[in-house]
Order: sequence, then structure tokens, then C-alpha cells
Amino acid sequence: MGVKLSDITNAVNGTVYACKEYLDDELEYAFSSDLMSDVLTIDKEDVILITGLNNIQTIRTCELAEIKYIIYARNKMINNDIIKLANENKILVIQSPYSVFKVSGILYNLGVKPIY
Amino acid sequence: MILTYKVQGGDFSNAGKCSSEVKKVLKQLNIEPKIIKKVVIALYEGEVNIVAHAYHGVITVEIDTKQIKITLKDEGPGIPDIEKAMEQGYSTASPIVRELGFGAGMGLPNMKKNTDYMHISSQVNEGTEVILINYF
Repeated sequence: MGVKLSDITNAVNGTVYACKEYLDDELEYAFSSDLMSDVLTIDKEDVILITGLNNIQTIRTCELAEIKYIIYARNKMINNDIIKLANENKILVIQSPYSVFKVSGILYNLGVKPIY
Repeated sequence: MILTYKVQGGDFSNAGKCSSEVKKVLKQLNIEPKIIKKVVIALYEGEVNIVAHAYHGVITVEIDTKQIKITLKDEGPGIPDIEKAMEQGYSTASPIVRELGFGAGMGLPNMKKNTDYMHISSQVNEGTEVILINYF
């Protein structure tokens, strides 16, 4: 059973910056990391990445690792380059005021599973 | 089919652009998604390595009916000890590379994990050539 992206967005008090059409999707797994090489080790599909890093490489990494959803924690600034690349690659971008730790805990309580 | 891309050392904002373009081509060729993912992840790590460590480089992607062969050739400082560079966790990356979310000594092991064949040759103060092959 997956957890709906709209429920996740509400639970983390999130603001959607790109691809809100995917809010009805459901997902099973999450991975929290600021280390993109670590993200590139993920084999699963339907994963959401929770990160405190806010550069263009986070979206590149999602694109190449087939990750369709991302949460930027602590209201990290999301610039136009990030939004443009996310739209091009159909990646749902959510910004949350909460820390990576809190976002991870909320998603865990909602039933989202860890990868490792 | 042969594709060639130039990569500029230090051009962090465009790091991954070549990998993204190769991914699009492989999708158009209807190559199995699992193989595409492995190829582009290995390529992305290699591309980031050129941007992070070299002055400039050329990436050549050769696709035929049996395999995808990628050659990443750069002019740069080279790798003095390839065996050490292959160790998980060993890195000589600068703080700026680490700020991007790389440089934790996972790149080369990640490339090896995602390819069927990998070979590195390097000359200090000249450059490095990495060959990656994935068989269909």
C-alpha cells in the first residue's frame, strides 16, 4: 500500500513548486540524503528523496536515478533553474519548512518505508 | 551509433547534461530501462569526475547490437594511485564538489557496480581515460 503524495505534502506543511499533477500518485519508499552518490545507489522506483541540499544536481540526480518526487527541507530556496529542470523531467518538487529529520519522521509515521 | 560530448572542467551547473542527453537517446532506441539506468548512473558519476577533477574532457558513447561502450577521456591531473582511488570512501574532491553532493569516494565504486566492464588508465599531469561497457 502506497502513501498519497498529496497527504505527504499536507503532513510536511509543504509547498509544491513543480509538477503538482503528480500529487495523486502513491509511493512506498523514501530516502533522506544530501549525498547524491548515495542516492545513485538506489535500485527502487517510486521513491521520494528528502534533502537539505538545494542545487541543480539534486534534480539531475533524480532524473538519472528515476526518482520522481523530491522534498527540500528547511525551506531551502528553490530557484528557477531547479523548477525548469524539474518540469522538463516531470519531477514533483515540494518545499517543507521542517528539518530533514522531522520530514523523515513524518513520512515514516505515514507508512512510507525506508530503503536500507 | 557514435555520440560525442565535450565536458568542461569546473562547469558544475552543466554537470550531468551529457548523461541526460545519452539517457534520452537510449530511451529512443528502446533499450531495456534497467540497462539505461545502470549506464546513465555510471556515466553521470564519470561526467561529474571530469567536471570535478579535470581541465576538460571528451565522452564518447558507442552503441551497437551487443553493447554500450563509453569512453571518458580527460586532460587533467591524472590519478596517481588507481587502486586507492577505487576504494570506497577515498576522495580527493574539493569542498565545492562536496557541496554539490559528491566527493564522498563513492563515484568510482558506483561506476564499477553499474557496469559489466570498467578499465581506468591514467598518467599523472596528463589525464585519465575510463572505459565502461554494458552488455545487452
